[in-house]
Formats: sequence, structure tokens, C-alpha cells
Amino acid sequence: MKMAGGAQSRRIDLGPWAFVAPALLWTLAFFVVPFLVMVVVSLWERVGTKLVASWTFANYLKFFERGHFFEAMINSLEVTAIVTLLSILLAYPFAWIIAEKVPQRWQRIALVLAILPFWTSYVVRSYSWLLVLANNGVVNQALLGIGLVDEPLDLANSRTATVIGFVHFFVMLLTLTIYANLVQLSPNYRKAAADLGAGPFRIFWHVILPLTLPGIMVGAFLTFVLCIGDYITPQVLGGNNELLMPQVIMLQIGRRADFPTASALAILLMIVVTVAYLGFARWIRLERA
Amino acid sequence: MTDRIRTLKLTSALVLGTLAMSQQALATEELNALVWCDHTDPALIEPFEKKFDVKVNLKEYEGTGAALAIVEQSQPGDWDVFVIDGVDVPRAIEADLLAPLPADELPTDDLFPALVMPENHTKDGEVYAISEKFGYNTISFNKAKVDPADLNDMSVLWSSDKYKGKIAIYDYYLPVMGMVAVGLGKETSGLTSDDLPAIKETLFKVKDNAKLVGEVVSSQTALATGEVDILVGGGEWVTAGLSADNPDLDWVLPKQGGMRWSQSIGVFKDSGKKELATEFVKYILSPEGQAKLATSSCYWAMPANAKAGSVLSDQQKTALRWDDQEAYIANSQLYPAPDAELDAEMQDAWTEMLQH
Repeated sequence: MKMAGGAQSRRIDLGPWAFVAPALLWTLAFFVVPFLVMVVVSLWERVGTKLVASWTFANYLKFFERGHFFEAMINSLEVTAIVTLLSILLAYPFAWIIAEKVPQRWQRIALVLAILPFWTSYVVRSYSWLLVLANNGVVNQALLGIGLVDEPLDLANSRTATVIGFVHFFVMLLTLTIYANLVQLSPNYRKAAADLGAGPFRIFWHVILPLTLPGIMVGAFLTFVLCIGDYITPQVLGGNNELLMPQVIMLQIGRRADFPTASALAILLMIVVTVAYLGFARWIRLERA
Repeated sequence: MTDRIRTLKLTSALVLGTLAMSQQALATEELNALVWCDHTDPALIEPFEKKFDVKVNLKEYEGTGAALAIVEQSQPGDWDVFVIDGVDVPRAIEADLLAPLPADELPTDDLFPALVMPENHTKDGEVYAISEKFGYNTISFNKAKVDPADLNDMSVLWSSDKYKGKIAIYDYYLPVMGMVAVGLGKETSGLTSDDLPAIKETLFKVKDNAKLVGEVVSSQTALATGEVDILVGGGEWVTAGLSADNPDLDWVLPKQGGMRWSQSIGVFKDSGKKELATEFVKYILSPEGQAKLATSSCYWAMPANAKAGSVLSDQQKTALRWDDQEAYIANSQLYPAPDAELDAEMQDAWTEMLQH
């Protein structure tokens, strides 16, 4: 009986593994192995045009020794923080209007309309923003036309342009996560708060906002991860007036073929993202508790 | 029975058709070329592909350092054709990357004399590469917005803020740093690490006046849309293709001179398809190939073969300043050709300038 029972438990144990095996193999092949390769390469050196398989932390030390590398990380963190904050501030009212003010039968259409611009290519959209923000672009022409400015504003090829390009994209993402959170809230919370004498602002501030923090945080984390690792937007819209980490990494690959330094910088960026994840995850868990 | 026969016939036709297509696919050779972006224009490549029933795979790169690293990190035989800056051909020959070319089959006598460059292309009596295209990295500008006389002196870019915010810098360190070196009275062929501090300091001043630093497309777009009025590092390769639409876009070689770039083409020593690769080189150097390369969609520039003049239109030759080449060549220096160590230092200085 004991042996039979043991065989049965083995059969039960193997079943789930069979189901998750494809996902595990996929992760192993396309994340774990490439990541380990990147870690190993980050410890190599590029001498002249050759890659030398060595074990050195020199590529990591470069990050702290060369001001322009470290500055790139600071720039990335600053831009990401600004983009995340602005995206939340814009997405929340947008999601709230769709969830609360748009009739239910129109909500799906409203969401589709919200994400419609994102069916175009990301690169094309970035170049479009460059034209929109140019000296003779729509924005400056409108500002000049209504007399708000006398000379065109320097919007394109700047951090402002990079932030606008990013925010345009991530507002959509945050709208979806916040909307998903809002529609799950029972109307009874609001009714109960109102019965206890709370006005609309107090209901929002003390009841709705705390309950939608998980949606905000999930969207904020996704925004953080996607923004800090993005190369296209700052490259197209920033005009190379400052470099962010993905641009510095690409310079090592595209111009110098210095894969060890690029790998080291990419791993440092991953460490920052991991720290951010730990921060976000802990915060969300605390709020839920 | 009839249905079965029809099914059998259809199946046989499909199988035979597939086999025929497979045979055709097998018959089509592939040629792998490491190139600058002007070679990726289908108008240039397709005639060769059709004539030789070959698929030409093109890998773009920017900067010889990156190209040599790509080759170093590839398997021998991966690459067949190499398009490389003329000043860097000796590096490729020294690295034993290039195969000798059949000199008697190349149109060397038809090249502009300054483009033959035997000191770069020849070693021990063997020819390893041949010039295919050349031009200048100097100053492009919009003459409706900028006084052309101002730009006769390159130092206006860093010693005055008259055009602050109206300048773009082409994002390629070798020509722009070379230009600045020329502007400071240095010889690009003799640059050393000791020259870098002064070049870097001047670059920073140019950056202070600049609106953006952009690669080929961004810098062209900025000039074409009026976002900037001056492009440092520009030249005929920026304005020639745009001048038909906007005649105000022009370029100038200032009194200090400018950078003359030239591209050369050769065949990799380890190529398993040297004959086909040599045919590609001959096609690119033919008057027809040269005219297409000169007016490639990525960027225009002078063909090395003077006989391409008979294929180019008058408008194209005017845009390329065909008749002024003698004076331009005399007032220009070749790109810097740094060794690996100096190259790395120059790139660090360039990255610092971007981050400045």
C-alpha cells in the first residue's frame, strides 16, 4: 500500500510540472541562459578590436569612474520619475471619467478609442512627435497663432520632448490599469462613506484613492520598467542633448562593439529595475494589508 | 477514379513545383557585405542581384572600429565584401582581412587622381581595395537664414553665439572632431592624445551653440524642416539630395578647409565567394553602379569613377558640385585615422560632448 501510495503521489507531482515545463523551458532558453551569458561577457574585456575572456570588474568600475556613464543613470532616473508622475496625474482622471461618467455600454468603445493611437508604430509615432513639437510644428504654430508666445518655443530635441513622447504612451497604459481597478470597486464603499457624512472629495481621498493604489502602483511599475529601458524615444526626441542609459549602452554596442561594457551597464540597469520592483512590491503589499 | 487521378496530378504538380522552387532557392547564392547605409538602396543592389542571381545581404555599420570588431567577432568566411573608410584600408590590410583584387580588371585609370590613393590601397604590389565614393564633412546651411560669408570662417561655430540654437551637429565623431582639429590649425593625419583636450574644449563650445546632435536622418530632417539652419559635419551628402526641393540648402568649405571622406571597397580574404565578390566590386565601380551609388537614397556624394559623369544628369552633377572638385580636394584633409587606443579616447570625448 505504501509503495502504491508513493507511486500515486509521484504521478500527481509530475502532472503540474508537465504543464509548466514549456514555460520553464522558454524562460530558461530566452531569459536565464542569455542573462548568464551577459553576466559572463560583462566580466570580459575588449582589448583593441578583440574580446578577451577574463574575469574582471573593470567594466563595472567604468560606470563610477566615467562621469558620463553615471550621469546617464541619473538622467534616466530623473526622466523616468517625471514621466511616471505625470502619467499617473493624467491617467487617473481619464480612467475615472471612463469608469464613472461614461455609460457602461460605451466604456469599451471609450477604452478602444483611448488606445487607438497606439496601433501605429512606436518609431513612427516618435518621429511624428518630433514634427509636432518642431519650431514650425503644430504646437508652436498654435501658440504663435493665439499670441501666447512671440517666438517658437524650443520643444523638440529636448528632455521636454522626450517626456512628452513617453507620457503620451504611458498614460494609455496607466489608464488601463487604473480603470481595471476602479470598475472592480463596489459602489457600497461610496454609499457607506456618504452615509457617514463624507463629501465627494473626502470619499475620493479617503476611500477611492487608497483602494485604487494597487492599480496605480502596478501601472507605475510597468511605466518605470518600460521607460527606463527605452532607447527609441530619447534617441528620436531628445536630440542627443543628454544621454540616458539605453543610449549609452547602444553607443557601446553600435559604435564600439564593446559588448563587455554594454553588458555591465545593462546589468547595472537591471539592478536598478530590481530595486524598484522590490520597492513597488513591498509598498503594494503593505497597502493591501 | 477521375477524382483520384486529378488529385494525383495536383499533388504531383505541387510536389514538382515545390522541388523546382527549392532548386531555384538552392541555385541562388548569397553574398554578405559589411557596408555604409548608402549601399542598402535597392536601386543600387537589385540590378546586381538580378544579373548574378544572388541575394546580397547587407549589414550596416558606423565607424571602422565597430566594423573591425564585428569582423573580429564573426567566423572566417562570414563576410565577402567590405566597404570601409579609405583612410582605414591600411588597418584592414595590416589585419590581413582583405584579398588582393585583380588590378587589371579595375577601372583605376578612370578614378579622380586624388582618389587612387595607392599608399592606402596597395601593399607589396598588390591592390587590396579601390575608392568608390567621396565627399566632404564640412558645413551645410540654409542660405535664406544664414549669411554664407559668416561660414567662410569655421570658428563662427564656437567663438560666437550668433547662431546659438540654430546649429545641428552630425553625430559621427571622426569627421566632426577632424573638422574641429582643422579649424584649430591641426593636421588630421598627425592627431595624438595630446591634441584631444583642445579639440574637446572646442567641441563643448560648439555643443553649447547647438540645438541637437543627430545621425544622418535626424540631422537632414532638422535642416530640411528649418529646425536648424546650420549642420556641422554636413556637406553635399546632406544637401545634394534635398536641393531639388529646397534650393536654399547649400554647403561650404570654409577657409580653414574641411574633411574629405572617401569610401573604399574590397573583398575579404576569407570569403568563399571571391569571384562573385569581385564582380560586385566591379559592378559598384562601373559608371552605372557609381551613378546609383552617388545618388543613393541614404546619402549623395561624388562617385570615385569620373566616367559616372556620363550617366549622371546635369542637375545631379550640379548638386554634387562636379566642376568644383579640383579646388575642393585641394582644400580638404582626409579623416583622422586613429589607432585603437586613440579611437577609444576620441569616442570617450565624443560621449562626454553628448552628455555635456
